[in-house]
Amino acid sequence: MTVERIEKAFLILSAAMLIAFLGALFYSSVAMGMHLPGREGEIVPTDVRNTPPFDQPGVHEVGAGEYEVVVLGRAWGFEPSEIRIPAGSRVTFISTATDVIHGFHVEGTRMNAMLIPGQITRLTYEFDEPGEHLIICHEYCGIGHHLMYGRLIVEEGS
Amino acid sequence: MSGHVVASPEGFQLPDSQLRVIRWMIYLAFFALAIGILNGLGQALNYSRVDILQYFPGMRNYYQGLTVHGVVNAIVFTFAFANGFLSLTTSRALARPLRSSLLWASFGCMVVGFLLAAYAMGSGQASVLYTFYPPLQAHWTFYLGLALLVVSTWVIAAALGLGLRAWRKEHPGERIPLMAFISVATYAMWVLASLGIVVEVVGLLLPWSLGLIEHSDPLLSRTLFWYSGHPVVYFWLLPAYVSWYLMVPRHAGGNLFSDSLTRVVFLMFLALSIPTGFHHQYTDPGIGTGMKALHAVLTFGVFFPSLLTAFSVVYALEIGGRRRGGTGLISWFFKLDWRNPALVAQVLAMLTFTLGGITGLINASYNLNQIVHNTAWMPGHFHMTVGSAVTLSFMGIAYWLIPYLTRKELVGGGMALISSWLYTAGVLIMARGLISGGLDGMPRRTLVMEAPYEKPSWELAGMLTGLGGTLMFIGGVLFFTVLAATVLSGKKAKEPQDLPFTKTIQGPAETGWELRLDRFRYWIIATVILIVVAYGPFLVEYLPGNFTSPPYRFY
Ligand code: HEM
Ligand SMILES: [Cu+2]
Ligand SMILES: [Cu+2]
Repeated sequence: MTVERIEKAFLILSAAMLIAFLGALFYSSVAMGMHLPGREGEIVPTDVRNTPPFDQPGVHEVGAGEYEVVVLGRAWGFEPSEIRIPAGSRVTFISTATDVIHGFHVEGTRMNAMLIPGQITRLTYEFDEPGEHLIICHEYCGIGHHLMYGRLIVEEGS
Repeated sequence: MSGHVVASPEGFQLPDSQLRVIRWMIYLAFFALAIGILNGLGQALNYSRVDILQYFPGMRNYYQGLTVHGVVNAIVFTFAFANGFLSLTTSRALARPLRSSLLWASFGCMVVGFLLAAYAMGSGQASVLYTFYPPLQAHWTFYLGLALLVVSTWVIAAALGLGLRAWRKEHPGERIPLMAFISVATYAMWVLASLGIVVEVVGLLLPWSLGLIEHSDPLLSRTLFWYSGHPVVYFWLLPAYVSWYLMVPRHAGGNLFSDSLTRVVFLMFLALSIPTGFHHQYTDPGIGTGMKALHAVLTFGVFFPSLLTAFSVVYALEIGGRRRGGTGLISWFFKLDWRNPALVAQVLAMLTFTLGGITGLINASYNLNQIVHNTAWMPGHFHMTVGSAVTLSFMGIAYWLIPYLTRKELVGGGMALISSWLYTAGVLIMARGLISGGLDGMPRRTLVMEAPYEKPSWELAGMLTGLGGTLMFIGGVLFFTVLAATVLSGKKAKEPQDLPFTKTIQGPAETGWELRLDRFRYWIIATVILIVVAYGPFLVEYLPGNFTSPPYRFY
């Protein structure tokens, strides 16, 4: 084979590979429902504690097996710092930061997002397996950044 | 084999005055790198719970050191090297010196910018990391310093542009020499790409740090930052690609395959580098998922020219290996000149970059990104790209560039070889540690050594990180030893050398569609259109923004 033909084959193969990857990506996001945070509305960060739902951080049952968890990120901790939910529940986290940017990573899951002052982060996940997860602030938020963490405990179904 | 020239004419020598200013830029680059890797060692050991940072003079805390590491490595080192190296390739290719006054002005901007930022970071008034997300606020000298570092690259862009214009006047109707074309394309991309960070720093953060504006908009700032923050990785990478396309084939005894393909690749980087920034913000609230998906598609697009690069570079190496008697499907690879430090460093850089590229594709896939975002995986990934593919390439270039600029012979070629192998082994081990830790939730940018939480699996990951980082550091020390020995005690070279660039097998076309490749103006317009498509909808929806965050100085 001449170089030109090898070159052409290589070009086509490269393009096909990238298109296949993209196809897989869109399949997972559309068919399997893996979603990213999107536009949820804005908020004044210094007034968060007077703005519903952030005036009541914590776990709220909103239906059978459905929970809303309102979480505040602040230097240097999460409120609430411990979250307990029964296994098999569908949990929507509604979250924001009161001061600087923080991270919110429920380790061991896809629940991984930024908490940005002025923006609301909303994520939904189904916790099927009982167990314990760390919630880690993984964005630098000042000198005490490494002290900022929480726990999420998925309890045996009741 | 004869071939087509990529620079004209043969054997042209640049005046000493031009070489002097370029030499200083390159020295500044490596001075910055020396500071950077020292901090790197401290960070890597943090993950294995060994605290050496306490012995660093003037170091208040981990995050101050991490800010220094990011700024001097990712901004000062890379910018200063690109400024010097691509000025050299352009002026050599055009066979006409650039304006020395502009080159000195650029160097001056860079020194002053570096000093200002160094003051802010050194005095502990800017421990905001190299991404400086508001509302964490740094001292104004930090922002001004960063702005000057960018301005220094703009001054180089002006020098290259003026040089090219003058050359065109003297050579009407001729194709732009390839080496000048790809160097200028790199700077054209970066000038468009850097607008975001300049608007952010000069328009928003500098006045905010001076108290002229009370509030910041963290999301808008992040968006402006990543508008520049993704293409900057190509500004780091493309000078290395210039070398991989034009110099590595020469070191290997091969030839570059196609002039046109090379130009197309660089134009694709020009057009596609910028409209991809949201892939750094997949997990950000406030940006619509549709726009994120568009940026994901374009991110896969900008991977394409890198695959083409793999083709051209491997082909050139193969020619070299076969000319040295190599046969078979891959055994030519082992016939390469494994005793040439410039070649070995860059071939190893390419090998680590393969892994860097694969991990990069994973990051770009937003569902996988959600698993690894902001975990230790990320520094694992980018030490195989900028931290080694680019850095090892610049080191490899230095093995001929420093002798070229100082007119001295390289001292310690054997040590240079050991340095490259150690650095490569180190980065692979460190990346293995960071990547496995990251997959298990180990966060990046974190003083894990003192964190109240941990997981058992982080222990091995951390040990590997520390071990690999130490090897990288030793490799770096050997590199600087070679450099210093060459500058201080290298023998005078007998006759002046030329740049080691290759010839192409398929030269520039004299007629046909390829002529249009050289019309930068059209490609720049196309790039601007893509940028508007990629960022316009978000800005229209989001502006005037949410300027409600007061400043914090939690450090
Ligand atoms: C001896 C060599 C090096 C070692 C041991 C090293 C080690 C590290 C480690 C362990 C981290 C992660 C720190 C953390 O997230 O807490 C890091 C971050 C980083 N490194 Fe390196 N590094 C080295 C060289 C380089 C080079 C040459 C570059 C670029 C040219 C570079 C660019 C970066 C950047 C941009 C970050 C991210 C900083 C941040 O998160 O703010 N490193 N390095
Ligand atoms: Cu944090
Ligand atoms: Cu990127």
